[in-house]
Amino acid sequence: MSTEVGEASTMSAAWTRRHLLGLEDLSAEELILILDTAASFKEATGGCKKKLPSLTGRTCANLFFEPSTRTRTSFSLAARRLGADTVDFSSSGSSLSKGETFIDTAKNIEAMGVDVVVVRHRTPGTPHLLAQNLACSVINAGDGPHEHPTQGLLDIMTVREQLGRIDGLTVALVGDIAHSRTARSNIWGLKKLGAHVIVCGPSTLVSPLWREVGVEVSHNLDAILPRCDVLNLLRIQFERQTTRPFPSVREYAHLYAMNRERLAKAKEDILILAPGPINRGVELTPEVADGPHSVILEQVTNGLAVRMAVLWLICGAL
Amino acid sequence: MSRTLIAGGRVIDPSQKLDRVTNLLIEDGRIAAYDVAPNGQDLTIDARGKIVAPGLIDMHVHLREPGREEDETIKTGTAAALAGGFTSIACMPNTEPPIDTQAQVEFVQHQAALAGHCNVYVVACVSKNREGKELAELGQLVQAGAVAFTDDGSPVYDAELMRRAFEYALMFDKPILNHAEVRELTSGGVMHEGLVSLLLGLSGMPAAAEDAMVSRDIVLAEATGGRIHIMHISSGGSVEVVRRAKRRAVRVTTEVCPHHFTLNDECLRSFDSNFKMSPPLRSASDVEACIAGLVDGTIDVICTDHAPHALEKKMQELDQAPFGIVGLETALGLVGTRLVQAGHLTWPQALEKMTINPARVLGIDKGTLAVGADADITIIDPDRRWTVDTSRFASKSSNSPFAGWVLTGRADTVIVGGKVKHQAERG
Repeated sequence: MSTEVGEASTMSAAWTRRHLLGLEDLSAEELILILDTAASFKEATGGCKKKLPSLTGRTCANLFFEPSTRTRTSFSLAARRLGADTVDFSSSGSSLSKGETFIDTAKNIEAMGVDVVVVRHRTPGTPHLLAQNLACSVINAGDGPHEHPTQGLLDIMTVREQLGRIDGLTVALVGDIAHSRTARSNIWGLKKLGAHVIVCGPSTLVSPLWREVGVEVSHNLDAILPRCDVLNLLRIQFERQTTRPFPSVREYAHLYAMNRERLAKAKEDILILAPGPINRGVELTPEVADGPHSVILEQVTNGLAVRMAVLWLICGAL
Repeated sequence: MSRTLIAGGRVIDPSQKLDRVTNLLIEDGRIAAYDVAPNGQDLTIDARGKIVAPGLIDMHVHLREPGREEDETIKTGTAAALAGGFTSIACMPNTEPPIDTQAQVEFVQHQAALAGHCNVYVVACVSKNREGKELAELGQLVQAGAVAFTDDGSPVYDAELMRRAFEYALMFDKPILNHAEVRELTSGGVMHEGLVSLLLGLSGMPAAAEDAMVSRDIVLAEATGGRIHIMHISSGGSVEVVRRAKRRAVRVTTEVCPHHFTLNDECLRSFDSNFKMSPPLRSASDVEACIAGLVDGTIDVICTDHAPHALEKKMQELDQAPFGIVGLETALGLVGTRLVQAGHLTWPQALEKMTINPARVLGIDKGTLAVGADADITIIDPDRRWTVDTSRFASKSSNSPFAGWVLTGRADTVIVGGKVKHQAERG
């Protein structure tokens, strides 16, 4: 084990959680511990490319009850980079279609000797239910529109890496806040670390109730843009919407898409994040997605680092 | 001739505005006399320190039989009623098949008689097969003994059908009980829509969905002269709509469940499906509004909406788990703790909403200790502190969010037709 990760191991004294279910429950100290550990892993692995033996002999199971490519791949790769074995389970083609409940499925997989279960599910609270029913650790990889803690952490890690701090920054989350677990995890993490958070989007997708937890609410991107240090452009989750919350994609793009004209009105060093997958032309135009302000691919690398850190901290606390 | 004396209890009978310590004599299953001295009766029940009340009535119970006997049966449900202090219950018709014919009504009555626990009154469907399309044979159902009509579980959605139901039921002077919910507004919802649902990312069921349907029902009842009973009211907006309608002398009554005057949507932070019910647990201010409605008389009845579900059904993802909780065995304790001990209602005020008021809504000769009435009596120990242990429920299901709660007030002795049917464990 390298010295950098050795440093992380001395810090893990502060980590006592068996599960990572959301960022709402974490303290600023715990968030910083994860971020620092992730930065150490990123450096020790040469940008998340080399392997370390930190979790040799451990087994991580990916239980994905909802489609995912990048998060599942990222968790698998993070586990393997640390020497752990991984098992992939997705709901299609499993016994779920035979009527088995998801708790039974999870218990069966746990019985195969799994240390950590990484779960994604369409329903909020499902990881919490698993955590109550399983003896192993549970990491939430997205529970419906509720939380996606490692996505929040990787976004925050990227901002911190690029701008050197979180405290005092103004961060706007733009788009489908109602259906976004990324938004919720970002809100809790960013606020605890001292950022000013704005949620911005159509009034049918951005509730005024967010003000009650100290978040600024806006429906006018052009009005808030000049104040923003960071924009996080959230995907419109057409698949979660039961009724049409805005008249047309065309109108949405007209009001909220980040394009060259809007970029000209923003701060010169504005940072643009997108959790992906992105709808090009809806949330942002290609020249912005691929332009110098965009850190979309950095986010992907940091996703690996954050997941390595979380797996390692969780396993250390077992 | 069998004679039982209930001696030394505080007799509270809101139907007679009675509240005094006295001896009560039961003769051959009926209330015979007051102020009787002990004099060789067959049985004397010492009720000193206890409340002697008319047998409690729960007018909103799901017995699940026929069709879902894995959740509850008429036998286990009526046993749970006795354990909770209820001598009469009204059961809902959303069984499988639904109770929409004379034969179905008679089946329930027959099973209830075989069980021999408490009195069971049948509320039958408004519409055939509970489909909301055409009226069930309400006249035949009344002849079989149905006391009211509802499509509970679902609202009567079609406004024209609802109007016809009001008009037609007038012939029999029966109320329509409606589950008030505008479905387009609650589609996919699992909890009250508000800050908590926003933070948890759970789909919401806005209070407006209830308020809009309550308003429609009241307008239709007013237009037809029909009788509307709003089931399980839960939102402050609906309480206010009912309050104003009562001022206009609309024939409207309403009921509230203990969970809606006790718990709020913050409970869903646990993601425990035992907090999932319809209507959902609402905000703290809605809870206050329900209590205010109880205090000022807007809310007539306290009922349980006893909704048993087998454990394996509730042990699912929150969106898959069914709505509802069991309530028969915790209702009296919650009334004692959350309403009486908390100072919102006196025992006479609370008991009025569990005895004579539901009897009047249903038009049944119950809920009174007047001389000559059936000797259905609940002797309540108002000071008894006890811990809710769902493993000891008489109900077949244990889906209660109150497990482990310490409550004050419990049924001590439950008498149906002059016979002691339930005696609380000591200790």
